Amino acid sequence: MFVALSTVLMVMDHKYNNLESLRAGLSLVVYPLQQVIELPGTVSDWFGESLSTRRKLQEENDSLRTQQLMQKVQMQKLASLEAENIRLRELLDSSFEVGEKVLIAELMSVNLDPYKHQIVVNKGELHDIYPGQPLLDAKGVMGQIVHAGPYSSTAVLITDTSHAIPVQVNRTGLRTIALGSGAINRLELPYIPNNADIRPGDLLITSGLGGRFPPGYPVATVTAVQHDPGLTFSQVVATPMAELNRSREVLLVWPGVSTTLEPDRPTDAANTMSVDVVNSDEAAMEAPPAEPDTAASAPADTATATEAATP
Amino acid sequence: MNLARHHGGGIIVITFIIALLLTIVPLPDWARYARPDWVGLVLIYWCLALPDRVGVSTGWFSGLLVDLVTGTILGQHALSLTIVAYITLRLHQRIRLFPLLQQAFTVMVLLILHQLLALWISRIIGRPGAPWYFWTPSLLGLALWPAVYFLLRNIRHRFRVR
Repeated sequence: MFVALSTVLMVMDHKYNNLESLRAGLSLVVYPLQQVIELPGTVSDWFGESLSTRRKLQEENDSLRTQQLMQKVQMQKLASLEAENIRLRELLDSSFEVGEKVLIAELMSVNLDPYKHQIVVNKGELHDIYPGQPLLDAKGVMGQIVHAGPYSSTAVLITDTSHAIPVQVNRTGLRTIALGSGAINRLELPYIPNNADIRPGDLLITSGLGGRFPPGYPVATVTAVQHDPGLTFSQVVATPMAELNRSREVLLVWPGVSTTLEPDRPTDAANTMSVDVVNSDEAAMEAPPAEPDTAASAPADTATATEAATP
Repeated sequence: MNLARHHGGGIIVITFIIALLLTIVPLPDWARYARPDWVGLVLIYWCLALPDRVGVSTGWFSGLLVDLVTGTILGQHALSLTIVAYITLRLHQRIRLFPLLQQAFTVMVLLILHQLLALWISRIIGRPGAPWYFWTPSLLGLALWPAVYFLLRNIRHRFRVR
């Protein structure tokens, strides 16, 4: 009977994804366990802060002040650039929203299944976290929320083997999909044709297609491009920008409704496609089809890349 | 569960909770893949010691909790721990009489079965296969079984769990 019950559970969880409420309810049971694990870290942090000397605090304060000043200067520049960008986009008749609502969350120091790249953050449904929400750190995109419990939620990293993220080469605008490889410092770009313009050092940013990730955030840098004349696609490998195994503070983003880059194109195709997190490798292949509709302004080879990606 | 006859159910629950905590306590990177299967070991011990109290349903619930804390698909550990508990219950009279070393090897086989089921399930839902070090938890289970056995037996005698 229990065998049947667990089989039913697995099928429902995997195929139909309708156990979210059960999982959220049960995660309430698990939350105290996670808190207990957190406790030593929290206590030592607290002691470290309350016992540090005045001089040390002052030094830290000074360095933070200078850092803030420098960032303020950069922000000024950013503000003017943003204004200019919006003005230019107005000229081009398209709208673009730069600011998004963000929330800072902290990782909980619990280890999950070592073969899955997942993390637990200390914010949940009570902070309006929802499954599918993008997760960033200071350097780039980290992943997205998969299960949101009341107080904590689980996120999958972009390097997990079941994760695919729509990206764009910043230099050329070439659009493609970056798949997780299962190694924490490696993303694979399997759908780039041999004649595409891509080289090591290229920055990959989110393209915003798929409606899951807001456009324009850095994802990875290309580290190796290998052309094999016998194969249809080049083998391209990239390293994530985000410090996936080091960050402690993460940002949760609420992408605005109007964050798509080209509002004049038919957006429904891209918005209904939500296959950013997929449970199997086969489903990962289904992600690209929504792209060709949107390839109007992209270089011609993007279209071939996305078409060929469909099995 | 007839509470008048039984005694010390809380201790059993506490050992399971500690096993669950050990399942998610952060380990350094080099030890990430070599985390012993604490819940499996504790479950096998209690199934051997108190087969009339701890059994298939305990296995299922503890497995479900493992699924929750480790973020695997719901039901994966529940299924495999159910089967481990069932086999242990069927064989408990024999395993109890084994010398400790032989007992440890039996436990390793049970843990390997547990991992094998987990591997099958993750292959079915399309996750990649496992490297050789996937099996280290079972080997560690072999090494740790005597310690777990004596520790839990002491606990059981001290608190007169029956």
